[in-house]
Amino acid sequence: MHEYSVIQSLIDSVETQAKLHPGAMVKLLRVSIGELSGVDTTLLASAYEVFRGETVCADAVLEIKPVSARWSCTKCDRAIPRGDVLRCAMCDAEVKLTSGDEIVLDQIELEVL
Amino acid sequence: MCQDCGCGDANIVPVDVHEKILAKNDSTADHNRSHLRKAGVLCVNLMGSPGAGKTAVLEATARMASEALSIAAIAGDLATDNDARRLKAAGILAEALNTGSMCHLDAELVHRALHHFKLPEIDLLFIENVGNLVCPAVYDLGQAVNIVALSVTEGEDKPLKYPTMFAKADLVLLTKTDLLPYLPNVRVEKIHDAIARVMPRPNVIEFSSNNGQGVELLLDWLQAHRPAEIYA
Repeated sequence: MHEYSVIQSLIDSVETQAKLHPGAMVKLLRVSIGELSGVDTTLLASAYEVFRGETVCADAVLEIKPVSARWSCTKCDRAIPRGDVLRCAMCDAEVKLTSGDEIVLDQIELEVL
Repeated sequence: MCQDCGCGDANIVPVDVHEKILAKNDSTADHNRSHLRKAGVLCVNLMGSPGAGKTAVLEATARMASEALSIAAIAGDLATDNDARRLKAAGILAEALNTGSMCHLDAELVHRALHHFKLPEIDLLFIENVGNLVCPAVYDLGQAVNIVALSVTEGEDKPLKYPTMFAKADLVLLTKTDLLPYLPNVRVEKIHDAIARVMPRPNVIEFSSNNGQGVELLLDWLQAHRPAEIYA
């Protein structure tokens, strides 16, 4: 359940951002979580509910955008079909992960008075 | 919040952040990595399920190499120092790192543990992570390479079930191969096939701590990954 420590880090960075806008209230967090990041989105959402009380995120909704894993050939850019061997069938070149390892805070929304 | 005129909630301000949530851990990990490289230490993050044979891998490595190389280890463990004691008995400079209920090590824990070692005197530092195929893959510790120990008894499709761990591995040690004669339903080629579907540069050493299979191959691999320049 490392999702708890991920939420702790998330709230810490939101706090840092919120300090730059005194008096503003954090209303929404948008995060991207990759399929191969090792973070489970359901566990992350429940960990957030446990931890957000009495923090700068107490009134903020967490919006999680899941990002699918995509592997593509380093030579021809061809996408590797899901479940296939991680090697380009066309040019026998290595493949690289082009998306799917994100654990990223994209945006926060603040309510200013 | 304005709900009357469709003005677009003028009092809601979006702030773009686009920052890795674990950025702080990553920067501590980079700090560890630079210290280790400067001291000429090859740091290995050794991961795997509970019982995959991580401690036995280190014992077998030390049996063959402890005269030629100075080997140290940080043994992550939820509650005991059993592994650290086994490693010390094998001639490894070992420190136990109890994580309590934490399922993984992080860069800050490793940073504090590094202070117990005289790094310039060490050639190889293994971080034996907490036995777990999920959480340890998420945290960069400052290692140069990731090795995953996977035992032949764990099931042919284990890599497909834990793709994140294997996607990050530089080397997989397929351990306990001496048990294969007793496991008629385990097909090693199926395990290799599963690894090739989740590991972009598949690199597997078949390994047995009991009969020594693969230990020399592992040592060659480690030698090849040692930092080239030593500034210490």
